[in-house]
Amino acid sequence: MTPRRTLADREEVLGGVMLAPALAYVILLVGVPFVLAIVLSFSDATAGSLRFGWAGLRNYAAILADPIFLRALRNTAVVTIGSQVLVVVLATAAAQVFRTTFRGKRFARFVLLLPWAVPVSLAAIAWTWIFDSTFSVINWTLKAAGLLHGWLYWLGEPGLALLAIIIVQAWRIFPFATVIVLAGLSSIPQEIVEAAIVDGAGFWRRLFQVELPLLLPVVTVAVLFGVVYTATDLGVVYILTGGGPANTTHVLPTLAFQRGILGADLGQGAAIAVFLLPFLIVVAIAMLRLARRAEVGAR
Amino acid sequence: MAGIEIRSLRKQFGDLHAVDGVDLSIRDGEFLVLLGSSGSGKTTLLRMIAGLERPTAGEIHIGGERVDGDVPPRARGIAMVFQSYALYPHRTVFKNIAFPLEAVRTPRKQIEEKVRWAADMFSITRYLDRYPRQLSGGERQRVALCRALVRDPKVFLLDEPLANLDAKLRNTARDDLKRFQRRIQTTTVYVTHDQVEAMGLGDRIVVMEHGKVRQVGTPQEVYEDPVDTFVATFVGQPPMNLLDLRDASLPAGTLVGFRPEHLLPRSVFGPGEDLRTLRFSVRRVEYLGSDRYVYGSVLESAAPDATVIAKLPANIALAIPEGETHEFAVPRRLLRYFDAATGLRRPP
Repeated sequence: MTPRRTLADREEVLGGVMLAPALAYVILLVGVPFVLAIVLSFSDATAGSLRFGWAGLRNYAAILADPIFLRALRNTAVVTIGSQVLVVVLATAAAQVFRTTFRGKRFARFVLLLPWAVPVSLAAIAWTWIFDSTFSVINWTLKAAGLLHGWLYWLGEPGLALLAIIIVQAWRIFPFATVIVLAGLSSIPQEIVEAAIVDGAGFWRRLFQVELPLLLPVVTVAVLFGVVYTATDLGVVYILTGGGPANTTHVLPTLAFQRGILGADLGQGAAIAVFLLPFLIVVAIAMLRLARRAEVGAR
Repeated sequence: MAGIEIRSLRKQFGDLHAVDGVDLSIRDGEFLVLLGSSGSGKTTLLRMIAGLERPTAGEIHIGGERVDGDVPPRARGIAMVFQSYALYPHRTVFKNIAFPLEAVRTPRKQIEEKVRWAADMFSITRYLDRYPRQLSGGERQRVALCRALVRDPKVFLLDEPLANLDAKLRNTARDDLKRFQRRIQTTTVYVTHDQVEAMGLGDRIVVMEHGKVRQVGTPQEVYEDPVDTFVATFVGQPPMNLLDLRDASLPAGTLVGFRPEHLLPRSVFGPGEDLRTLRFSVRRVEYLGSDRYVYGSVLESAAPDATVIAKLPANIALAIPEGETHEFAVPRRLLRYFDAATGLRRPP
């Protein structure tokens, strides 16, 4: 036993020491690139040169006049909203299933969580096979069931390719959302659900008038996470379609990567990436306000 | 309006017999209280009547209609008030009360009328626009009763609705509840572990233990003529004293029971009364304002250490010094006799 005060006794120092790694991480790997991206978006910097000239709003003007960018912006919105709608419906349904007890529930829960554990790139590569123009298991199944005449070129047609991206994004976020909704469901007092049963409410009335309103704050948080994950994701689109065919399925992150890194126009790439920021801030603020308003009886 | 018939009802959870063969006949318009400690099966019994729990075996008839099995709660003509009140926190008081009416697609105008009528009955009209979290416990309880009332149920099921109120409020809430039930005359089944509530509210009390009914009777019958030692000690506060007095006139293994308020100093009784006198060694006297509790032991008892309690009303001013032995007595007509082995009542 040392009689002197050790580091562990000096909480004011210990706190700083323990916070330092996290703080360094945030500053070096989030803060600096973030500031750098904003600065770069106002410059004419290119990859392969250290020249740095002020470009003002020229990068922004250029991308706003670019139909490919506008298409990517629209795609980002379509993919994000589409996948999140799908996620909310599926996660609520799955949470209802997982709330009951059935044989093999543990195994089913394990399987459910798998997509969350698989690295995005590996999953996306697997999905390219599922959507393959020749070997698509989806087409094969639909054909075998007699539901499909002709052939679907999943990644070859802009509309279908976008749908494929939405499906993969939904598949990726769905397990996480289910877990959150399940936690929300279990926080609803059993007596309230039973009161609704005794009051004569059937399944749908209970779902829409009792459970979902009480789940709203929790679902909002799940959707907020989903929006951020989906809108900022590069891997799925990059691997699945690479932005093709003919630049029709780009989302902002893939377009930023193509312009800024592959195309070496750092300034324009940064401008495209930074364009996400106000969009996400507005979404985040709106949803957090909604969650607070919906919080049980507050007003 | 309807009575309830329950026949050999059982409910098992795994190895646990929560309700173990209950037969009960609840009359139309009656206020019946299920009284028992936690784990006695009273709540499970109520939930089976409500349809929230499926019986393992047995029958339930509400208003002559058999409802155990596949009749869902909404079709049983019941309304239930839960211990937590289970108000919908995201709906205003008005929307809470309207919920059961909306569930059966009542026209909006009728809903409005009905909600106002019920709210008026419990004088909560001015809270209709508030949310449950903005109400006090007593107000929430009245909202829950309103929500139950608008369904026009054949039977009210109440699961400890006063347990979450503070003691001060509970008395008036009890009185309100009883008056309300008298007025609407709907069959009511009320679950509680509080014997004061049970005595005060029930037309009849059902005392339950370990999933079985021990006694059914009016509050007076249950209090004055308990059928066994369990009921004798469960009902009444402090509980009935039970002693083996080794009385030669009684068969061996007989317990003599008497209420604490019947054990009084010998001198307060008149000369003509047929008394059983007892030498009472007083250990401690507790002054409680309206009463005095006297703790001690009876020297005639086979177990002289067993604590015996006497409850003296304030109008007996007699000084009872602690640490001394006094002559106490119980009128013989108030003595109750039990079999020590089975706990059952025995004729004197």
